[in-house]
Amino acid sequence: MSESANTPLIEVEDLGVTLNTSRGAAQAVRKVSFSLKRGETLGLVGESGCGKSVTALALMGLLADSAVVSGSVRLDGSELVGLRDTDYGKLRGNRISMIFQEPMTALNPIHTIGRQVAEPLRRHKGLSAAQARKEAVFLLDRVGLPDAAKRVDAYPHQFSGGQRQRVTIAMALACQPDVLIADEPTTALDVTIQRQILDLIADLVAERGMAMILISHDLGVIAENVQKMLVMYGGTVIESGPTADVFARMGHPYTQGLFRARPRLGAKKGTRLQTIAGTVPELADLPAGCAFADRCAIVESRCRAALPAAVEVRAGHQVRCLRTDVSMAECA
Amino acid sequence: MSIFILRRIVALAATLIGASLIIFLVLDALPGNAAQMLMGADASPDAVRALTIKLGLDLPLPYRYLQWIQGMAVGDLGNSYVYGTSVAGLIADRLVLTVPLAAMSMLITVVLALAAGIYTAANHNKIGDVGVMSLTQIGIALPNFWFAILLILLFAVKLQWLSAGGFAGWDAGVWEGIRSLLLPAISLALVQAAILARVTRSAVLEVLREDFVRTARAKGLSKREALWGHVLRNAMIPVMTVMGLQFANLLAGTIVIENVFYLPGLGRLIFQSIANRDLIVVRNCVMLLAAMVVTVNFVVDVLYAFIDPRIKVHNL
Amino acid sequence: MSGSTTATANMPTATPHRPATGFWRRALRHRSFVLGGALVLLVFAAALVSLVWTPWPPYDIDIAAKLKPPSAAHWLGTDALGRDVVSLLLVGARSTILVGVIAVGIGLTFGVCLGLTAAALRGWVGELIMRMSDFTFAFPAVLSAIMLAAAIGPGMVTSIIAIGIFQIPIFVRVTRGSANAVWAREFVLAARASGKGRFRITIEHVMPNILSLLIVQATIQFALAILAEAALSYLGLGTQPPQPSWGRMLNDAQTLLFQEPSLAVYPGVAIAIAVEGLNLLGDGLRDLLDPRLARER
Repeated sequence: MSESANTPLIEVEDLGVTLNTSRGAAQAVRKVSFSLKRGETLGLVGESGCGKSVTALALMGLLADSAVVSGSVRLDGSELVGLRDTDYGKLRGNRISMIFQEPMTALNPIHTIGRQVAEPLRRHKGLSAAQARKEAVFLLDRVGLPDAAKRVDAYPHQFSGGQRQRVTIAMALACQPDVLIADEPTTALDVTIQRQILDLIADLVAERGMAMILISHDLGVIAENVQKMLVMYGGTVIESGPTADVFARMGHPYTQGLFRARPRLGAKKGTRLQTIAGTVPELADLPAGCAFADRCAIVESRCRAALPAAVEVRAGHQVRCLRTDVSMAECA
Repeated sequence: MSIFILRRIVALAATLIGASLIIFLVLDALPGNAAQMLMGADASPDAVRALTIKLGLDLPLPYRYLQWIQGMAVGDLGNSYVYGTSVAGLIADRLVLTVPLAAMSMLITVVLALAAGIYTAANHNKIGDVGVMSLTQIGIALPNFWFAILLILLFAVKLQWLSAGGFAGWDAGVWEGIRSLLLPAISLALVQAAILARVTRSAVLEVLREDFVRTARAKGLSKREALWGHVLRNAMIPVMTVMGLQFANLLAGTIVIENVFYLPGLGRLIFQSIANRDLIVVRNCVMLLAAMVVTVNFVVDVLYAFIDPRIKVHNL
Repeated sequence: MSGSTTATANMPTATPHRPATGFWRRALRHRSFVLGGALVLLVFAAALVSLVWTPWPPYDIDIAAKLKPPSAAHWLGTDALGRDVVSLLLVGARSTILVGVIAVGIGLTFGVCLGLTAAALRGWVGELIMRMSDFTFAFPAVLSAIMLAAAIGPGMVTSIIAIGIFQIPIFVRVTRGSANAVWAREFVLAARASGKGRFRITIEHVMPNILSLLIVQATIQFALAILAEAALSYLGLGTQPPQPSWGRMLNDAQTLLFQEPSLAVYPGVAIAIAVEGLNLLGDGLRDLLDPRLARER
């Protein structure tokens, strides 16, 4: 498991996922590629239905048996795609962990939180019940749960949403994983708690030198918490690059639309909120060309012919659009 | 926690008292003069009067009710109108058969149903699931006494492995006794198991869809470990409710099945007593059955609190 | 979107309105509904037909023709008293349906009223109704029938009352449960805020929303009522001779198990058909009337 500080920890190449829905096969994810080194943070942003959660589940190997995953996902050089479930199970919660959006339902109501935090430790590290419990108390304290030593034997329903999310963070980080995937970890929480949780995650990730993938539909969350970002639409990455660069000059019409659509403090009274006309396409009905074509203001016929190749508009900043000359001129 | 149990006990007592009132009203107040019914329409008024006094039926209803309740506390249930012997003794003789029969049925039901329910849920939509589900789909539509008759047809008439009825008694040996209860217990159990298996399957499938199961898998648990460690205990909550409710059906079924196999249990005692107009026996038997149902539901309620920690706090 | 693997982004809307014509089109394509419906119609048809015609007069005893095997004259043979089995089955369908319909009717009427009241009035009235209905769960149909038979004698009326009484608490529970869910919905809160009385809300808002659930529950209860009626007639507590009933036919047939085993098969099959039909119909209705009720099969 030796790697220099510059070898990618996780490398995703041309990831594709086909789901078996009631309406037939749906290409939920296509041609997603990125790589992360230790300590790097990546944001995955897009609306509901763009495939970001499916991507995360594919990385964890948690998709339904009927889903077909293509492409390559390499964790420290070992290939994950095609791995048997028993082998994948040795990695989940151990080398790669995930926290989910709904803290209220993420914990088993009839087990104590101590037991649930200790579970991955007992399973992956072979700790005894007593050792695991000690470690669990330490973890719960580290994630900011007050009175951890006493509350380790409490049940989930005795905690608030924010506290439960802290518990799931403790659970996910128990075995010191290399990669953490956080799927909308604060969407279901109060705004005041959101900040605390995101800061907690950022601290822990930095402290332990993990790679993190943060998924959100909120551009504000992405802007402040990750070094690199991917914008997803219709199952594909349509724009990627260092966060600061992307926000400084957005290349894709969709990204621009997203940014413009945010309500702004201090806007003049009576200003209409901007929207992107049209609706998100159903993944079972994706067109052959650019998925954004029907909603794009600067679409041309060649956009619909095939999926546009990614264009490098600046170092490290790529946009999947044939008309970046027009779209980026607007931003200049 | 103790407050919770206390409240349940109070509710239990109230239900038992209420049940006894209803039973007494229906069986003692409603029918009219029991002595008249016992002696028939032609009996002389004097004879009827004598019997009435002898049986204590001339005393006012509330007094007779209290007498009964008092007697229950010490185990004296009065004497049979027809035989004169202790009702408690009559019942005890029959319970020796009915209780083991009910217990055997319950055991077979639970084992079959849980196994089938968990197996089908874990193999959702595969051939095993479809096969077992088709069987249970038919099973829930069968009257249990008809199923019993069919089993008799197969095992007693055609194959001649088991007898078509009757009970040798425990004196002939425990194994012989169980053997004669086997067919009755199975016929009762299979239909109940079909219902319970479907409920179990539903419950397990529901729990499998919960978020915390995904969390468990994300922690590295295999599907099997997630099933046994996280899903089943949660699924048992609704399953236990149904098991408790099924107990009433089980007892009713036991009575019916005893009839099918000519077993000298509580059921036969009840029917003979109805035919003989021996209402005091009927009254005590029905009370016993109702008490058993209510108590089992009480036990299920309390078990809930041990399985589901949320109950203790919210439902004080 | 908490990591679900379905791709659509559309949220379910509140109580979608289904046009009536669309219902029948979907219904006739639904396997369970069609099969169940066919079986139930078969049983009802048998009962109706028996009112005007049976192959042989069902009450005619002809000892000379007893225990005959199936033939052109007697399609399923004759019983111990020479009565035609097919005719007995047809007329037996009548008591089965009659008891089932009336008993479920009793349960529905009282149960739904009490359940709606308990949901609308809450407080101690609601609690009282629930306690009393819970209490009735201690007396399954067989037990009540036993008591009533001892008190007023056996018969069809006894079985109807006994089964009907036990149906009530089930409908109370189901009605109150779903009515409570409706009362908590926002459009009801809006109605209350605008001053609508509880009675009107119950009639105009609650009832239409729980109707599908009640229909499904009623078919389930009908199936259970048929099984209970069969058990009671088998035990001699229900329909009395000479009125034919499937349950009692099984009892008669049991004594002849060694001589003519087939007699024990037909009435049981009849009961199974009726119950299975209602079960399938109920499953189908559940899927069709409110897909959100449909659970994983």
